[in-house]
Amino acid sequence: MIYLDNSATTKQHPSVTRRMITCMEENYGNPSSLHRMGLEAEKAVKQARRELSDAAGMPGMQVCFTSGGTESDNMAIFGAAKAGRRQGRRIVTTAVEHPAVLECCQMLSGEGFDIVRIGVDRQGRLDLAQAEEAIDGDTILVTMMQVNNEVGTIFPVDEIARIIREKNAPALLHCDAVQSFGKIPLPAHADLIAVSGHKIHGPKGSGALLIRKGLHLPAFIRGGGQESGLRSGTENVPAIAGLGEAASLCAKDREQRMKKVSQMRNLLMKGLLEEVEEVRINSPEETGEEAGTCCGSLLSVSFLGTRGEVILHTLEQDGICVSTGSACSSNKKGRSHVLQAMGASDREIEGTIRFSLSQYNTEDEIIETIERTAEAVKRFRRLGSFR
Amino acid sequence: MENDKMNEEHIFIVRCGEVALKGMNKPYFERMLAERIRKLLKKFDEVQVYRHEGLIFVRADKSLDKQAIIREISKVFGVASISPAVECESTMEAIGEAAVQYMFEAIEERGVKTFKVEAKRADKNFPVKSPEIGRKIGAAVLKGCKVLRVDVHHPDCRLFVDVRHDKTYIYQDKIPGFGGLPLGTNGKGMSLLSGGIDSPVATWMMAKRGMLIEAVHFHSYPYTSERAQEKVEELASLVATYCGRFRMHVINLLPIQEQIVQNCPEEETTILVRRFMMRIAERLARETECGMLITGENLGQVASQTAEALVVTDASVSLPVMRPLIGLDKVDIMDLAKEIGTYEKSIEPYEDCCTVFLPKHPVTKPKLEKILASEAKLDCEGLIDAAVASDEIVNIYPA
Repeated sequence: MIYLDNSATTKQHPSVTRRMITCMEENYGNPSSLHRMGLEAEKAVKQARRELSDAAGMPGMQVCFTSGGTESDNMAIFGAAKAGRRQGRRIVTTAVEHPAVLECCQMLSGEGFDIVRIGVDRQGRLDLAQAEEAIDGDTILVTMMQVNNEVGTIFPVDEIARIIREKNAPALLHCDAVQSFGKIPLPAHADLIAVSGHKIHGPKGSGALLIRKGLHLPAFIRGGGQESGLRSGTENVPAIAGLGEAASLCAKDREQRMKKVSQMRNLLMKGLLEEVEEVRINSPEETGEEAGTCCGSLLSVSFLGTRGEVILHTLEQDGICVSTGSACSSNKKGRSHVLQAMGASDREIEGTIRFSLSQYNTEDEIIETIERTAEAVKRFRRLGSFR
Repeated sequence: MENDKMNEEHIFIVRCGEVALKGMNKPYFERMLAERIRKLLKKFDEVQVYRHEGLIFVRADKSLDKQAIIREISKVFGVASISPAVECESTMEAIGEAAVQYMFEAIEERGVKTFKVEAKRADKNFPVKSPEIGRKIGAAVLKGCKVLRVDVHHPDCRLFVDVRHDKTYIYQDKIPGFGGLPLGTNGKGMSLLSGGIDSPVATWMMAKRGMLIEAVHFHSYPYTSERAQEKVEELASLVATYCGRFRMHVINLLPIQEQIVQNCPEEETTILVRRFMMRIAERLARETECGMLITGENLGQVASQTAEALVVTDASVSLPVMRPLIGLDKVDIMDLAKEIGTYEKSIEPYEDCCTVFLPKHPVTKPKLEKILASEAKLDCEGLIDAAVASDEIVNIYPA
């Protein structure tokens, strides 16, 4: 199996699994219990909180554990909107956000908030001039991703923080860092940062919202007052411990690891450009940590005149897992809003494949993937599908 | 005391529909029907199914869910109607007592205010004649339940009293079944099952007439996804709740579609693929002792279902092709699909192999000679052999 769908989810690291098992089989107390079992469980949660905070490199932020990236985004956006509703009505976001952000903004739009979506160019790079124009004194929240999940483009989140300051806007800055955490440094000036466990070889159903200390958000889930009253409910101790472990692991030799991943990603890009005709790279070609470059783990490619879904299933037969640029090619509604916002044509969107790598891939796997993809595309083009 | 005992059991009277008309075969049909009911009720413990005086009786422990049992019985083809009943001794006193108690419950559960007794006696030796039974039991009920009135025209409750040789049965509902004939009384057919709305309904309709089912499903992996096959299996399972466990042959058509696309005119693709499907289905049918093919085709619905196209399709096989939906409108088929419970699953969006190589302008009036000329460019027998050899069999169990 060659797994190149690490932006969808990742294989859980064995040491993560081991720590979770300990929490399930031995350290199974309720952190709120007064007895020793409770104390031990509380310690496991505290340890994970420290590990996540260290891995994020954000000593000035409080960690609130959640069920994952989507919940963190919901908590941040609805919380910020509620907290700031007397100071203004504008929320600024981008046209290429994950549905976890998109749908929250959509709902707030129905509640009278004025949602402004900043556009991107053909490589998915943010239009800063539009951002300058959009952010004003009425803006209470700016929410944007750090790395785009479909194409990998990095957004200048700290630059946005500067604009907010300059405009003297009351806005909080929320960053959806689900795809960037563990791969590039998190933005230094965001007020809220959403991260997820299962994208960094941690458990599914785990995640956190980092909240700048001193910032007060309204309770998201009410009840027993866990997570500083923000998110009640008995802590999911195994998932939290697993997230802590995964976060520590991904902070270790991050630069070196990403260098290796980028090299493989670049090899893949070069190989596909050489071996396949009529290819268009949707991601920025250059990888790095700077805004406007591409996160080293991601590569979005359009094989013109093909259907991504069929290429995907052909590669699946060869044991290669990738994903497409659209949920269902026969259905226009399923077409990627990200690629649409980037100005990609229907033909480009239809033939899009996303490769997302991890450090567990090898160069040999990449070489095989290049060969197999070239064959799959050739086979499709020979046959077509009449549409 | 007698009535207390009868309350320990649910009793259902199941009436056979057309089965009763089948003359000499009657006992055979009834036996098949009882067998089928027994099989479907196997999941409940403590259920007894037996035939008695032209009816089928089902007795179940009172602890079991009455509605669930009715639901299962109503799925059995050949069942005309079901009546939950109470049983008592065939004496006027016992019947009167049981009727009063039955009406107490009807008042409590359904707020019945008016009623009418409809009595009949299967036992012609019973000393009281039917109209008189009605009058006497009606009087007993009026005396026992002061709140009730008789209304012979529009009663809230028609209280049926069925006097039989040993026992008498009292009931009010006749819950309709689907009718049809007991499964296994009418041969076996090979159904071409896709993930769409029509083919599950067509399969159901043939099964309803007593036909055993074997199915074949065609896909075009990797042009279609494994999820599409998953969907078809789930859909087939819904059909299996009526027609029982059956086998589904799964065939990848892509190698054939590739040859057609590369060698034949684009506009003929659909009809050519269709002919291959029929021939493969026919081969499988002969191997599995199916006497006919079943399709969900419907006159004029799509290009491959025009009168001309159906003629060309039929010419590819010698087994008869059953098309039970041929004269229905799409909305009628959809209504049926909803009634039998396959519609929701059918409309889930996954591509099937019919839509993969859909030409822009398919021929609607194909000529057999031209189609045969196109097929002459292909190694048809070789392709069909290979397809049949790659047959994967999936066992479909009731959902």
